Amino acid sequence: MRFALDLFTIVMVSLGGLFFLAGTIGLLRFPDTLTRLHALTKADNLGLGLVVLGLLAQTSSPLGALNLVALWLLALLGGAVVAQFMGAAVRPARWRTGGVSGAREEEGG
Amino acid sequence: MSLGLISDLVLVLLVLSLAVWMNIARTAYRAVVGFVAYGLLMTLIWVRLAAMDVAMTEAALGSGLTGILLFGAASRLAPFEAAERARAPGPALRLLIGLLCTVVAAGLGAVVLLLPEPAPTLAPLVAENLSPTGLQNPVTGVLLAHRAVDTLLESVVLLPALIGVWSVAADADWVGRPSALPRPPASEALTLLAQVLPPFGILVAIHLVWIGADEPGGKFQAAAVLAAMWVLVMMAGLRQPPPVVARGWRELLVVGASLFIAIGIAGIWLADAFLAYPEDLAKPLIIAIEVALTGSVAVFLALLLAGPPAGAHRREV
Amino acid sequence: MSSFLLAAAAFVLGTVALGLWRILRGPRDVDRMLAPQLLGTGGVAALLLLGEASQEAAIADVAMVLALLAAFASVAFVVGAIRPELSPEPGSEPGTELAPDRAPAHEDAR
Repeated sequence: MRFALDLFTIVMVSLGGLFFLAGTIGLLRFPDTLTRLHALTKADNLGLGLVVLGLLAQTSSPLGALNLVALWLLALLGGAVVAQFMGAAVRPARWRTGGVSGAREEEGG
Repeated sequence: MSLGLISDLVLVLLVLSLAVWMNIARTAYRAVVGFVAYGLLMTLIWVRLAAMDVAMTEAALGSGLTGILLFGAASRLAPFEAAERARAPGPALRLLIGLLCTVVAAGLGAVVLLLPEPAPTLAPLVAENLSPTGLQNPVTGVLLAHRAVDTLLESVVLLPALIGVWSVAADADWVGRPSALPRPPASEALTLLAQVLPPFGILVAIHLVWIGADEPGGKFQAAAVLAAMWVLVMMAGLRQPPPVVARGWRELLVVGASLFIAIGIAGIWLADAFLAYPEDLAKPLIIAIEVALTGSVAVFLALLLAGPPAGAHRREV
Repeated sequence: MSSFLLAAAAFVLGTVALGLWRILRGPRDVDRMLAPQLLGTGGVAALLLLGEASQEAAIADVAMVLALLAAFASVAFVVGAIRPELSPEPGSEPGTELAPDRAPAHEDAR
C-alpha cells in the first residue's frame, strides 16, 4: 500500500513538474501576451493541482488534506481572476464592444 | 554540491539579478514588477533560512499589500518620470554614488565575514527562559515577553504614521472618505474574488493568531492577511473605505496598544515590573494582547493603504 | 521519498525561475507581470513539496498565505496599468507600456 501511494505521488508530482515546465516554455516562447497568458494559467493551475494531488497521498491527517485542497482551490480562483484581468487589459479595442462575450464572437475574424 | 546548496545559490543569484534589474528598469512600474518577484523569492529564502515567522510576514506583505502600495505609487508618479529622468545626475556624480554604495556593501559584507565563530547569539538564553511564558514559539516569546517594550513601541508608532498620512488632506476634505486605493473598472471576476476570498482569509488569519503562541505565525502576519482582504473588498467596490472621522474605527485603531499598555501597567503591581506578566497568567494575557493587536494592526494597514481623506469632488483622481 | 520531493521542489523552482527572463524581455509590462505570477504559483508548489519533505508544518502555512494573496499584486498591477491618468502626456515618454487600445487615445491627445 505504502509503495502504491509513493508511486502515485511520484507520478503525479512529476506530471505537475512537467506542467510547470510547459508553462515556463509557453511564457518564454509564445508570440504574444494572450497566448502567454493562456500557457501560464493552464500550466500553473494544472501543475499545482497535480502536485497537490500527489501530496494528498502523503498526508496522514484529513485536515492536512483539506488544507491542501483548499489551497489549490484558492490558487485556482486567484489565477482565473488574474487571467481575466490581464486579458481585459490587453485585449484590442475592437473586442470591447460587446464585453467579454462580444470578444468571443469576433475572435475568429 | 548538494541539491540544497545549488538551490540556495540559484535563489541568491536570482535575487541579486532582480535587484540590479530594479535599479536599471526604465520606469518605476517595471521596477515594481521586479519587486513583486523579489518579494516572492525572499519568502522562499526566509523559508530556507528556517525563519518561518519572517517568511510568513514577507509572504503576506511582500506579495499582497506592498504590491498594491507600490503599483499605486508608480502609476501616480508615471507622468513625472520623463522629467525626472532628464534631471538625472551626470556621470561623475553617478560614479561617486556607485563607489559609495560599493563601500557600504563591502562594509556590510566585512561585518558578516568578521563575525566570531560561533556568532554571538541570545537564542539559548531565550530557549531557557521560554517556559515561564507558557509559549512554545520563541519568536512570540521574545516579541511579547522578553522584549515586550520594543513591540509596544512598534504598535504605538503605527498611530503617528497613520496620522502623518491623514495630515496630507486639505481641511475641506477632512469629512470625506479615503480615496487613494486603486479602483479597477467594474469586473465580475474581481467581485467574485472579493466575495469568496475574505472568508478564507479570515479563517487563515484566526489560524495564524491562534497558532502564533506555539508555532510560527502571530498577530502581524494575521493582521496583514486581514488587511489585504479588506482592501480587496474596498477595491472591488463592495464596501467604501470608512470616513476618517468615524469614531468606531478610530477606537479600533487604539484598542490594541491601549490593552498592551494597560496590561503592562498592571504588571507593576502584579509582577513587580512594567510589562511583566504574573507567571500563571502569562499565556492568556499574551494571547489577549495578540488578538487585540491583530485587530488594530489590520485596521491600521488597510487605512494606511486607503490614504488620506479626499472630498467628493476629487474622488475620480 | 523526501529526497524525491526535495528534488521536485528544486525542479519546479528552477523551472519557474527561468520564466523570470520575461521580466527582462517584456515587451509590454503585462508580459513582465506574468513572470511573478508564474513564480508565485511555482513557489507555492515548491513550498508544499519542501514542507512535506522536511515535515515542517509551518511551511504549509507560508504556502497558504502565498496562495491566498497570489492574485493581489496582479490585480493592483492591472488597475494601475489602465488608470486614465496614465495615458501619456504629449511629448513625454509613456510611463508604462499600455494596452494597444490606449494607443488611439494617445494619438488623439496630439
